[in-house]
Amino acid sequence: MAALSVVVVSADREVWSGEATRVVARTTEGEIGILAGHEPILGLVAGGEVRILTPEGTTVRAQADGGFLSVANDRVSVVADAASIVD
Amino acid sequence: MGAQQRVYKAKINSTSSLRKIFKAMELIAASRIQKAVARAQSASPYAREITRAVSVVATQSNVEHTLTTEPETIDRAAVVVIGPDRGFAGAYSANVIREAEELVAHLKDEGKDVALYTVGRKAETYYTFRERAIEQSWSGFSESPSGADARRIGEALLAAFEKPAAQGGIDEIYLVSTVYRSAVDRQPEYRRLIPLEVVEEDGAAAEARVSSQPDTVFPLYEFEPSAEEVLDALLPRYIDARIQSALLSAAAAEQAARQQAMKTATDNADDLIKTYTRLANTARQAEITQEISEIVGGVDALAASGASD
Repeated sequence: MAALSVVVVSADREVWSGEATRVVARTTEGEIGILAGHEPILGLVAGGEVRILTPEGTTVRAQADGGFLSVANDRVSVVADAASIVD
Repeated sequence: MGAQQRVYKAKINSTSSLRKIFKAMELIAASRIQKAVARAQSASPYAREITRAVSVVATQSNVEHTLTTEPETIDRAAVVVIGPDRGFAGAYSANVIREAEELVAHLKDEGKDVALYTVGRKAETYYTFRERAIEQSWSGFSESPSGADARRIGEALLAAFEKPAAQGGIDEIYLVSTVYRSAVDRQPEYRRLIPLEVVEEDGAAAEARVSSQPDTVFPLYEFEPSAEEVLDALLPRYIDARIQSALLSAAAAEQAARQQAMKTATDNADDLIKTYTRLANTARQAEITQEISEIVGGVDALAASGASD
């Protein structure tokens, strides 16, 4: 299965970037799960956690507050005013 | 030691202690350029993503948004001048203020009223000294602007933008700042912030986008919850990001200007020290010559008086 390339950026730096099989985020409309081949979407992130499942099977949790999520051509960007990786 | 020599020695001493200060400031500025450039670069992914997203919404939806549509009449324009907090940066502050003054004159020619906003103490004092009204000013962060600083400015501008012109609102916002291109190349520029013309931040960002996405046509996006709401949420952020990147670029330019100015000052101090050293040497030599001729004259006079005895 093709992988997604994900970047998480906050206002002052790039927080995380890498490959992922699945990205789960909460938008203002509810939870959204993104797999490879997802249609292009631009949604507002409602705040809270974005879960990124890497091909190695680990989960990266990123705290993203007040931002948006854009998906196009298997490229996912999570853009937030403040973002950090939660261990 | 003669009076003249003493004067030159004092001048050499004071110039060399000034030179030490200039040199230190030059080195400090040089090390801060790198830091400022690194900050500007690390903030650019955010600006790039926001710009991309705003372009997507603006090109794909027919959303009429107050921030993007040109008002029919523009009565009042805001000019935000981004200057330094401290001097010692050569013509840096004068250049950006001159650019701002040109823009203000241009806007007034078009019959628009101008509201001034300043960032940085130098820009603020320029206008307060000339008793020109400043709408609002911010200072204290010109060398290391943070996201929160940009947000404060963005919020104040948007608040003024949303007011009707009759109550002191503004219809247009211009940003005047110095754009850092390289350590020796920086240019004061003005750009219109609102109404929005979606532009790429810089050539590098545009290049990066073209190379990562050969088809510059954006795919058809779904918007969640709706194009309007996405745009509502994005535009203030886009403006903050634009202000932030202008602030960061200006901070880098300020350090570069300071480094260059301090380098020139150090060189000038070196020249002065050399000149004064030469003059002091000449003065010393003149003194010695005079003493010798006085002695020789005295001996001659004595010998002449001895011979006549």
